[in-house]
Amino acid sequence: MLRAVLAAVLAVTTTFGVILPTAATAGPIEERQAIMKANGRDTKMGGDMLKGATPFDAATANKILANYAAAAKAFPAHFPAGSNTGETEAAPAIWSKPADWKAATAKFQADTAAAAALKPTDAATFGKAFGMVTANCKSCHEGFRIKKG
Amino acid sequence: MRRLFAGLIGLASLGAVAGWLVTAPQYLDEAEVAQGPGNPDNGARLFHAGGCASCHAAKGAKGDDRLKLGGGAPLVTQFGSFQPPNISPGPDGIGGWSLAQFDNAMRRGVAPDGRHYYPAFPYTSYARMTGQDVADLFAWLNRLPAVAGKPGDGQIGFPFNIRRGIGLWKRLYLDPAPIVTLPADAPAEARAGQYLVEGPGHCGECHTPRGPLGGIFKPGWLGGGPAAEGEGKIPNITPAKLAWSEAEIADYLKTGFTPDYDSVGGTMVEVQANMAELSDADRAAIAAYLKAVPPVE
Repeated sequence: MLRAVLAAVLAVTTTFGVILPTAATAGPIEERQAIMKANGRDTKMGGDMLKGATPFDAATANKILANYAAAAKAFPAHFPAGSNTGETEAAPAIWSKPADWKAATAKFQADTAAAAALKPTDAATFGKAFGMVTANCKSCHEGFRIKKG
Repeated sequence: MRRLFAGLIGLASLGAVAGWLVTAPQYLDEAEVAQGPGNPDNGARLFHAGGCASCHAAKGAKGDDRLKLGGGAPLVTQFGSFQPPNISPGPDGIGGWSLAQFDNAMRRGVAPDGRHYYPAFPYTSYARMTGQDVADLFAWLNRLPAVAGKPGDGQIGFPFNIRRGIGLWKRLYLDPAPIVTLPADAPAEARAGQYLVEGPGHCGECHTPRGPLGGIFKPGWLGGGPAAEGEGKIPNITPAKLAWSEAEIADYLKTGFTPDYDSVGGTMVEVQANMAELSDADRAAIAAYLKAVPPVE
């Protein structure tokens, strides 16, 4: 039984690139970075499918959209007061303009939920859902991320 | 004693006259000034390449509102806060300007009344544009909606608030010559990209470090540096640090995604939105040039 569960978990993580927190002690900065890294991997997978670099697969496409929705839900909780310093590219605006930040994260949640609800069965519909989600990347990173690298 | 005093006054007035002369506006001469009529379709392309809307349209404007150029949000830098003016074709903007006046603004940084513009308006780059392209851009701008109202003045600290002094600055830093000498066998595509990047695109205005007087530090061309506004760093986009292929650079400018699907951020979001309006050929040219510039470590 345990072996079956482990195998299933392994299958999911390797297939969809879900990252599990490596330790219970990971701080909010690591947690939110892990979410964004997973988003990046999902976006690469989706982008490759839409470009035709990999064949379209409806199950993978829907999993990607579900991952986005889950990520959007979990994301805002990882910006507690005091997590604005250290190895982070999070912009001070997250804490100094809380209303704007709340609006942006709420939009991300609404758009990802709407995209997942499209349940695409073809590449064109997936492309539409994918675009609804990824428009948030730029709009949020414009004001809420400061590139340091 | 009296003679010495008179001599000193004489010297001081001579200095003042010399200072007045070296800071005087330098106009384009008649042979080089743009001639009409312009082609507005190519003007639209230059409008996107130059990112006019990013400073002159309202902050966060989308869609057709990006064509309303009433003056946008100020550019806040260490030298002060620069207010982009109204450049719509109405009485509060460039309505009634001649092409020659527009060209002297674009390529010499001189206003119709003879005042110097602050180089926050990147005429140091636009100076490398062709007269025909300036005429084309003017034709396009004149088709856009007129917007009423003049934005207020910016806030610039001493001594930079003395506009006349910019005349001296220009003698040091306003140079329409190309920045990079491409190898003789460089492909035509890279040369087309050089024009877009060094001229209308004015990429180096952010991606190149500046000296203490705010002039471009040419040996560091496109080598990145601290952001002029606020925190963060502008990346080095020379081959020393930018390892993407030409296709990947062009794709980033089109979609806003890096090869590993990180997204464009910060002030580059606006720029990428403008680059997305260009043709695939123009984006490929920019990419070819970026692969051909000298690496900056």
